Amino acid sequence: MEKNPFQRTEKIDISWCPGCGNFAIKASLSNALSKLKLNPQNVAIVSGIGQAGKMPHYITVNGFHTLHGRAIPAATAVKTTNPELTVIAEGGDGDMYAEGGNHLIHAIRRNPNITVLIHNNQIYGLTKGQASPTTLVSTKTPTQPWGVFEEPLNSIALAISLNASFVARTFSGNIEKTEEIIIEAINHKGLSIVDIFHPCPSFNKVNTLQWYKEHTYYLEGHDVTDRKKAFEKSLETDKYPLGIFYTCEKPVFEDVVPPYISEKTPIWKREPNLEKIEEIMNSKRT
Amino acid sequence: MNLEKEVSIVLGGAAGQGIQTIEESLTKILKLSGYNVFATKEYMSRVRGGINTTEIVISSEKKRSFLKRIDLLVTFKKGVLNHLKDRISDKTIILGEKENIDEEFLDNKNIIDIPIQEISKNIGNTLFSNTVGSGIILGIFDCDLELFNKYLEDKFSKKGEEIVNKNLEAAKEGYLLGKKILKDSNFKINLEKNGKLKDEIILSGTEAVALGAAKAGCNFVSFYPMTPSTGVSTFLAGHSKDLGIIVEQVEDEISAINMAIGSWYAGARGLVTTSGGGFSLMCEAVSLSGMTETPVVVYLAQRPGPSTGLPTRTAQADLELALYSGHGEFPRIIYSPGKIEEAYEISQIAFNMADKYQIPVFILSDEYLADTFYNLSDDELKTVKKENHVVKTDFDYKRYQLSENPISERGIPGFGEGIVLVCGNEHDEFGDITEDVDLINKMTKKRNKKLDLIKKEAIAPEFIGNEDYKNLIVSWGTTYYPVKDALEKLNLKDTALLHFSQVYPISDSAEKYLKKAEKIINIELNYSGQLGRLLKREFGTEMNDSILKYDGRAFSVEELTEKIEKVLMG
Ligand SMILES: Cc1ncc(C[n+]2csc(CCOP(=O)(O)OP(=O)(O)O)c2C)c(N)n1
Ligand code: SF4
Repeated sequence: MEKNPFQRTEKIDISWCPGCGNFAIKASLSNALSKLKLNPQNVAIVSGIGQAGKMPHYITVNGFHTLHGRAIPAATAVKTTNPELTVIAEGGDGDMYAEGGNHLIHAIRRNPNITVLIHNNQIYGLTKGQASPTTLVSTKTPTQPWGVFEEPLNSIALAISLNASFVARTFSGNIEKTEEIIIEAINHKGLSIVDIFHPCPSFNKVNTLQWYKEHTYYLEGHDVTDRKKAFEKSLETDKYPLGIFYTCEKPVFEDVVPPYISEKTPIWKREPNLEKIEEIMNSKRT
Repeated sequence: MNLEKEVSIVLGGAAGQGIQTIEESLTKILKLSGYNVFATKEYMSRVRGGINTTEIVISSEKKRSFLKRIDLLVTFKKGVLNHLKDRISDKTIILGEKENIDEEFLDNKNIIDIPIQEISKNIGNTLFSNTVGSGIILGIFDCDLELFNKYLEDKFSKKGEEIVNKNLEAAKEGYLLGKKILKDSNFKINLEKNGKLKDEIILSGTEAVALGAAKAGCNFVSFYPMTPSTGVSTFLAGHSKDLGIIVEQVEDEISAINMAIGSWYAGARGLVTTSGGGFSLMCEAVSLSGMTETPVVVYLAQRPGPSTGLPTRTAQADLELALYSGHGEFPRIIYSPGKIEEAYEISQIAFNMADKYQIPVFILSDEYLADTFYNLSDDELKTVKKENHVVKTDFDYKRYQLSENPISERGIPGFGEGIVLVCGNEHDEFGDITEDVDLINKMTKKRNKKLDLIKKEAIAPEFIGNEDYKNLIVSWGTTYYPVKDALEKLNLKDTALLHFSQVYPISDSAEKYLKKAEKIINIELNYSGQLGRLLKREFGTEMNDSILKYDGRAFSVEELTEKIEKVLMG
């Protein structure tokens, strides 16, 4: 087998718990990046806060470990500043759906060509087991001892309703499928959302590895361009469908912002247009 | 009555009545005719109605302060005179139609009827009132009507020949009326014109910041609209394509600043524009910039708070917000340009310094500076060389490499052989999370030690006055010209001024001035004297007296003259 340049070879101290689904996601992601023949120097992972947010430290890649919920705005700017980079925004369900929910909605509208990976363990990991926006009703947690009341966020339905350009869900337990979907997501031009179910053996005693195996299935023969059908599928919860739900082609943010319309050089490489500035100054004389 | 050296004209009307249009055309034509112009407005937070006013000061020598005094007042609406009653004296000449004069003023002897409505109706539409009004002022000041005609042709050519012609007619009627008023009335205007001013540039504070940023290589602007900061983003959005600047209005301020920081990480020069309430939302990310050592430039245009306070008024009350924003300890720079020319220069410096020191940098402005404009010579507009501090990385690059120098070289993804790992948690040299005691100490020192270097580059405060002073006035930011002009008027031998254009970190050179004074008086547009407090923190010097104002209005020269005198007497 070819060497995977994304695997960190030196000894690193991984803070994920034994048996955590994050390890499998890491394997799928680094395999995907390697299979895409990308060069680590040209990939940037921008992450939020949480156990999932630590990903850029565990593979060889440019990384920006930002704030809770803020990976998407930062990633959007990275891509817009340098469209030559492959940019991934990564975080947990709390990160992307709670603290960063507003950014996700507006990133779908803005449609930069980035991939958003959401590690959905249906719980807060790093802060030790509070409910997240995707925790199931009645789940008891230390901070919801009476059981969660709020209905879980259906992020897949939300994304399709907003006409997101790539919407998928997968399960960390299936490393190959997850890898395939990540490859598709990165190859897709536009904002790609991949929600990744994964067990958190430390804090989520409801949605265990076994539970995910029993309560999910991969879509087969599904037409990803059929938005209505995709929406219908997104409403299924018994069992939860996995796979690519929906894709569409839409104008991409960094293609349509004025500086890139006729000139493709990444803006970070450009020098200020002093002549134009002079011209504007001169227009202030008359 | 003789109007000499400087004449203060105030135009008042409702929002939506076109006062702004008149302000624009008048300042341009007056300057082209050889006068120095200064204009500033005060307005209400509403789109229609209310009362807004604009002051235009015309002078032979450059005058750049807000004057309380009104020499010529033009009213376009009933209520304007009442609104301005504190500023009207028995010398104020009032131009207006009877219907626009408040009852209390009807027997004022200085009222001159100007039948603007009638003239414009005769031409065909009350829409031409603005042009008539401008024409009158231009006539009174003996400007070149041809220049106005050309301006109108340029402005209205897209709307067709008829509109152009009607405007030309309105201009002429107004102009002739202005000449007649001057001939028939008991006032004379004695202002020297200077042909050289023709070539000067008229800039607002807002435009100066935007152009300075562009010159410094700013190429990424993310913002959420908030008065009075939005103008900078609007201006750059208008030039987004030709200047190659990405300008994006985002979902909220939190997104705005995180984007700007992300843009610097990838090698852009990002700017956010905001005001107090919006900046409150950005504070967490200021801390991210501090920890990750990723630069960001924040244009913070102050207005009175707390909360949404007074959206369209002015204040200097967010110095401490900027100073203490963000959790934890890390260095920052806060500039407070006092003049339009300085706003242009400082916004260039801000990008260089953010890049060099990898820290958040603030351009602290306010509504007064943002909405003020005047003419400037080319010499006054200084260009600062754009510095570039990004390095091409080697294979074994470490983003937070420790050395004697607290600044580690900043690489960006995709430029060189290295991996650039940036982290908001405490990190090791490579950028990986750490809890190692030794590293925590080293990294904390590395970040904070930069402040010593930054301090050495701080803009020294400007000292004006006699070296043998007893009293020292201290001021900062946009009160510069009014304070300076007031002191000039008072002409006191024992009182000097120390003005700060950089309020953090403060240049050590300030200390000797402060220590020498017998009495220090701070002048600020806030309730608690925030600069005074900062000077005490930094140098242990107490303010002996304060001149503070917090009603959302700028200081006028007259007000300051009176208050400084009173404080020095008492
Ligand atoms: C502004 C802010 N609020 C709260 C926190 C504390 N916090 C850290 S991680 C986290 C949630 C983690 O859950 P999730 O995003 O689902 O990630 P996981 O750890 O499960 O991978 C919270 C609330 C924070 N770091 N920042
Ligand atoms: S807390 Fe849960 S999600 Fe986080 S590392 Fe441990 S097992 Fe994994």
